[in-house]
Amino acid sequence: MNEKTMTEEQHYADVIAEESICTNENLVFEKTNVLTDTPMHYCPGCGHGVAHRLIAEAIDELDIQDKTIGVAPVGCSVFMYNYMDIDMTEAPHGRASAVATGIKRVLPDKYVFSYQGDGDLAAIGTGETIHTCNRGENILIVFINNGIYGMTGGQMAPTTLVGMKTTTTPFGREVEVMGNPLKITELIAQLPGVYYCTRVAVNNPVNVRRAKKAILNGFKYQELKKGLSFVEVVSNCPSNWKMTPVESNKWMEENMFAFYPLGDLKVPANQPAAGKGE
Amino acid sequence: MAKVKGDIIIDIEKCKGCELCAASCPQDSLELSRKLNSKGYHYIVKIEDNCTGCTNCALVCPDGIIKVYRKTEKKKEKIAIISNVTGDMTITVNS
Amino acid sequence: MKELKLMKGNEALAEAAILAGCDGYFGYPITPQSEILEYLTQDARKRTGMVVLQAESEVAAINMIYGAAGTGKKVMTSSSSPGISLMQEGISYIACAELPCLLVNVVRGGPGLGTIQPSQGDYFQAVKGGGHGDYKLIVLAPSTVQEMVDHVKLGFDLAFKWRNPVMILTDGALGQMMEKVELPPQLPRSTEAPAWATVGKPKTRERNILTSLHIEPDKMQGINLHLQKKYRDIEKEEIRFEKFECDDAEIILVAFGLVARICQKAAQLAREKGIKVGVFRPITLFPYPYNVLNKLADQVKGFLTVEMNAGQMVEDVRLAVNGKIPIEFLGRMGGIIPTPEEILHKLEEKFVGEMV
Repeated sequence: MNEKTMTEEQHYADVIAEESICTNENLVFEKTNVLTDTPMHYCPGCGHGVAHRLIAEAIDELDIQDKTIGVAPVGCSVFMYNYMDIDMTEAPHGRASAVATGIKRVLPDKYVFSYQGDGDLAAIGTGETIHTCNRGENILIVFINNGIYGMTGGQMAPTTLVGMKTTTTPFGREVEVMGNPLKITELIAQLPGVYYCTRVAVNNPVNVRRAKKAILNGFKYQELKKGLSFVEVVSNCPSNWKMTPVESNKWMEENMFAFYPLGDLKVPANQPAAGKGE
Repeated sequence: MAKVKGDIIIDIEKCKGCELCAASCPQDSLELSRKLNSKGYHYIVKIEDNCTGCTNCALVCPDGIIKVYRKTEKKKEKIAIISNVTGDMTITVNS
Repeated sequence: MKELKLMKGNEALAEAAILAGCDGYFGYPITPQSEILEYLTQDARKRTGMVVLQAESEVAAINMIYGAAGTGKKVMTSSSSPGISLMQEGISYIACAELPCLLVNVVRGGPGLGTIQPSQGDYFQAVKGGGHGDYKLIVLAPSTVQEMVDHVKLGFDLAFKWRNPVMILTDGALGQMMEKVELPPQLPRSTEAPAWATVGKPKTRERNILTSLHIEPDKMQGINLHLQKKYRDIEKEEIRFEKFECDDAEIILVAFGLVARICQKAAQLAREKGIKVGVFRPITLFPYPYNVLNKLADQVKGFLTVEMNAGQMVEDVRLAVNGKIPIEFLGRMGGIIPTPEEILHKLEEKFVGEMV
């Protein structure tokens, strides 16, 4: 044990002795109440937690909790409604954007978002995704891309990188057999119905701040009724990538960001950009 | 020159020990405890008293379990030296 | 003064949807029901503000229904057999999440792409499940264009009363044929959201969650038991049927939908020949009038079930009668509609010889 290392008891004893600054007036960050107190079921280090929190923070800051309806997908985030203190519907696999369309069409003044993983949005739900975007539904789609099927145990996703090992590409994804990884965000950015399209990450504080800005934009733009906002969050999957969380973030930065570069793909004129990530 | 002092409170029962906070701490003040919480995870503790309250750890924490506090203490600054004064003198300070 | 109009079945149903105060229609074209979507895209929006959206597929359409029904609005979709097959996953989710909505199946012949001609081949799909898991739709079977109209409001009423999807099971012939109809008055669209609806959570209540996912076995079994209890209650309260000259009948023709009308003609022809024939028509296919049929079996020599399929409802007739009397079956498929004469012929062949 490091000499400098203190036990918790010593630490807190010291804090108390030194007159703690941990008072409400000095509080600069805490979890928003739009996130429930339920501990998330996600594996240690999973990006879903931060993405959930950023959505909750955006709802909190815009004060739209009573006007927001979320749609959870099938995948690891199927239980998202356990963590968000908002009205939510859990959609069939791949259909979240169609469910969100139905909600938004009958409640056009509410804020509606779907939250979908890569298998959900870019494989089984590709048709719904493309057409929802193309119709320019005034919703926000948050797309979590970690290049793998997490919930079912680490199978190949449409976004799995070439050469990446998964349980269904045990020797690495071969283009001749499994085709190329799908850059669905680039496809979507070209559709006229899409008002705002960006790719962010939540691996470091700078990127977290940018991701937050992007999600805030996605909610705010709904007021303009000018089309769909699409925010891809390049994320990690430590468990199925078989790495520690810190290693998985490093691997993501070196490999995922190379193929899925961070930054805005479509920014409305005269609207603030979330900027390029690091 | 303002001195910034920070501190954090970690909900160790909800910590999963992913160490992403430690990796993002510019002060290297976080480390995994050798102890386990009731879920069986080693949890993060603050080992240094050099926290600046930058919120990096809380921003990257996937479980939203870190509260960050920051206090900016103004040092008493020397604003004037008054010497060899004779007779009455009034000093007023506009706030 | 009643307003009478000559209308095509599909268009009458669409008009009835507008008049019922429907808030939203999401659908995809398929023969023989595309007139419903076409009719609604004309001026429904202008008249009531109703949302009408042509989806990119039946899969998308049913999920738009899932989302929109979750807000507590009166929403509906329509399709025909292959399209309804595509919707089954969503219907199962909607049934488990207990959302009210109206589904219309203007049945065409199958299996596969089949034919665009009328059929009753989706009876099993509508009544016995269709999608995965233990769930039930309330199924209404109109036999006239007038009922195509009436069942829309009835369907919405039942859907909201029971928080359950309701299906109107009709066929290509009823959808395409014209009859005179009396249209009901215009009802308002929905105004207040039910307590369970996902419309945005105010601070004053807990959040509403619509899901069909319950990982804990006890919870999932509990949901199932709750649903089954509801279905038993529906069976107690909502059975609808029609009897035509059954009181003195020696033989009863059992048929639903359009075929029941053909059976009435067959019964009339039989009575002209001195054979006492009645017709029994279930209007609700779920809940099915098992007990009524069982009692009727005590007074007749036999039932002849007539359907436009290979024999689907006849299984429920047999269940109802439980072997008391012979149950004969006449089925036509591929879009062929049975004629009164062939029904009479079958009836004579199977029953008259035995009669004294």
